[in-house]
Amino acid sequence: MSDTAAAHPAQGHHQELGFIRTYIFSLDHKMIGRQFLFQGLFMIVIGASLAMLVRWQLAWPETAVPGLGFIPEPYIYAGPNGGGIIPPQTYNALFTMHATIMIFFVVMPIMIGTFGNFLIPLMIGAGDMAFPKLNMLSFWVAFVSGIVILSSFIVPGGPAAGGWTSYATLSARAQYTGVDLGQNLWIIALLINGVSSLMGAINYITTIVNMRAPGMHYFRMPLTVWSLFITAILLLLALPVLTAALAMLLFDRVAGTSFFLPEGGGEPLLWQHMFWFFGHPEVYILVLPAMGVTSDLLSTFSRKPVFGYHAMAFSMIAIAFLSWVVWGHHMFISGMNPLLGTAFMMTTMVIAIPSAIKVFNWLGTLWGGTIRLTVPMLFALGFVSNFLIGGLSGIFMASTPVDIFIHDTYFIVAHFHYVVAGIVFALFAAVYYWFPKMFGRMMNVPLGMIHFVLTYIFFNGAFFPMHFLGVAGHMRRIYNPTQYEFLQPMQHWNVFITVSALLLGASQLFFVVNFFWSLFAGKKAEQNPWQANTLEWTAAPTPPPHGNFLTQPIVYRGAYEYSSPEVKEDWLPQDKNLGVSAATRAH
Amino acid sequence: MLQWLPENVSTFGPEIDSLFYLIYYITAVVFILVTVLMVLFLVMYRDTGDRRATYSHGNTTLEIIWTIIPAAILIVLSFMSVNTWAKVKRHAPESDFEIAVAAKQFNWEVSYAGPDGKLGTDDDVKFDNDIHVPVNKVIRVQLSSKDVIHSFFVPSFRLKQDAVPGRTILVWFEATKPGKYELPCAELCGFGHSGMRGWVYVQTSDEYKKWADETLAPKPQ
Repeated sequence: MSDTAAAHPAQGHHQELGFIRTYIFSLDHKMIGRQFLFQGLFMIVIGASLAMLVRWQLAWPETAVPGLGFIPEPYIYAGPNGGGIIPPQTYNALFTMHATIMIFFVVMPIMIGTFGNFLIPLMIGAGDMAFPKLNMLSFWVAFVSGIVILSSFIVPGGPAAGGWTSYATLSARAQYTGVDLGQNLWIIALLINGVSSLMGAINYITTIVNMRAPGMHYFRMPLTVWSLFITAILLLLALPVLTAALAMLLFDRVAGTSFFLPEGGGEPLLWQHMFWFFGHPEVYILVLPAMGVTSDLLSTFSRKPVFGYHAMAFSMIAIAFLSWVVWGHHMFISGMNPLLGTAFMMTTMVIAIPSAIKVFNWLGTLWGGTIRLTVPMLFALGFVSNFLIGGLSGIFMASTPVDIFIHDTYFIVAHFHYVVAGIVFALFAAVYYWFPKMFGRMMNVPLGMIHFVLTYIFFNGAFFPMHFLGVAGHMRRIYNPTQYEFLQPMQHWNVFITVSALLLGASQLFFVVNFFWSLFAGKKAEQNPWQANTLEWTAAPTPPPHGNFLTQPIVYRGAYEYSSPEVKEDWLPQDKNLGVSAATRAH
Repeated sequence: MLQWLPENVSTFGPEIDSLFYLIYYITAVVFILVTVLMVLFLVMYRDTGDRRATYSHGNTTLEIIWTIIPAAILIVLSFMSVNTWAKVKRHAPESDFEIAVAAKQFNWEVSYAGPDGKLGTDDDVKFDNDIHVPVNKVIRVQLSSKDVIHSFFVPSFRLKQDAVPGRTILVWFEATKPGKYELPCAELCGFGHSGMRGWVYVQTSDEYKKWADETLAPKPQ
């Protein structure tokens, strides 16, 4: 492992690469990580805006949305005062694209693309990724898939409108949704995106296996790296299944193959099996990095070793294994053999155990600490709080009889937003925490605090009442809840949720302002502003040069030696050699 | 929170609801416990500058306890769910009352057997979106779809089943109270998904007989 890593410090000499090689076609994992970040942040604005339109329609159905009148019919119907009314077809496209963008173009690029790229080499003491050119290609392929998915908004017929799950047969024939090219572009965008993720996954795995610094044993790696490692393995194994399913769907649509169409001998449930065989590991692909980051931040800001490090690592491994045998819980009422439902209920109940272990260990980490409520810490705690709710609400759906009632209602919408949208808390935590490393400046603290408080309040205001709607039987993906008599008494909750969601969206302005202001005018970051133990803060200069480390760091211990009795300070860097004279120690 | 559950009027509904309540109470206790501890820790162990954090890497006994207790609860929950699930989805009771519902964009096409007493023949009597059934009788429904996946959802019966093109799925219910109950489609089925809605009219046996004599004459066997 040391020979590859040792080859890099030689590049520590600053080389002028020119604008294009530095900022566009960069081979440096840190620049590629930042490129993924900017792409993800751009896409989150689009994904969130789509959600706002969905919420508007649900609270005040078929009333004009201010400022939307510029979009031509039939996509938007003109309303009074320059507003526009969302028709049902557009509504279906809105929630389809909201989910697609948030999952594949926001959470994956940021949690995996940005932080995987930026952090893995820095945290394990490597000069760069194992395959820098593959890494660059991975970003540019992701960029192309982003262009393809955005282009589907402007093609005739509009973008895909069959849900992000694109269940066949609805998605397999253009006549069923009325969307032809848009759905094809959706498939193609995800196919391209899958190639990008595969390239990233191969790179991450190779880098972690081969390029750890001397002394960086697997069980000395920070849990962030562990989580990204497991995520990469899941990606590598899950994405080919999605790719196969997407290719079959595309063939059904354009070549008449009928893999999923019964009139041609196909089977609609085959799509669901393939989609969820990918889709359930995908949920953990999204959430594992958030868990890793949260574990690290909770430990750092409690000034205390992570509670049960091995339990944390093994519970992630357990989640990864179990994630392959729970996909059927998405299909309890699909017409799949009910005996399979019983089996998948059992496996689903079992996967809740490692998730519970993680929550209890996070509590254990806080216990007895000296807790510093910094902005990244607050967001990490927010993630724990959301994951707790999302994890517990999952138990309702796991119980097959209860699922009969709450399946495809707002209860599930509440559940997956607490888990997947809850990841945004870990995402913000990570941005606030590593911003100084990425850009050399600190983010503004008061603005960050306001951002947290508002985001936490309005997030819960937007998503918690969705449980109430689900209990009342409110179906997901319906255009107009007031069409149903049994839902009319609940409509005030829809209004409450929408107001919270709009305020949640508006609260993000505090982040946008903070981010761009700090980028240019933030306080210059110290070398180790959080007094952390991991190599990116203790061994790599800020900002890290090409090649990251001036000399090869050597690792002596795990990442969590906070408040160790061996030293006076309450942190003990992974690369600090205590075996030398006291004079060096005092430095 | 569970007061918002629609009124239940089916025979298996109470079993589903009691599981719902049970999980609700268990998760509420866990939620409150974890949240209270978390807030307590954040207050008790905030950094005051005069104390050093406890240097601890964990506790194996605790790890074992908080693995085994949730595992036990979850396994018991699974076993409690198995029978109700089997009752609703696997062992439909025999009945001489069987109808067919074919879902299509964006209607429920309901068929009653015609004079020949058989479903699926030319003399079937068909309705769009209206199902009439007698109270306190097991009703079997042959559920199918003509185009995309739909989902047969009667909130008051605690009943939901996807209708899948290419196959016929048997669902059943026994309503316990006369009334008019909404039957929305619960699976995205296209631009008309919202508003794809039928009604189940549960009638007393006399009322039902009157309706059947007038509408289906002669009544289905």
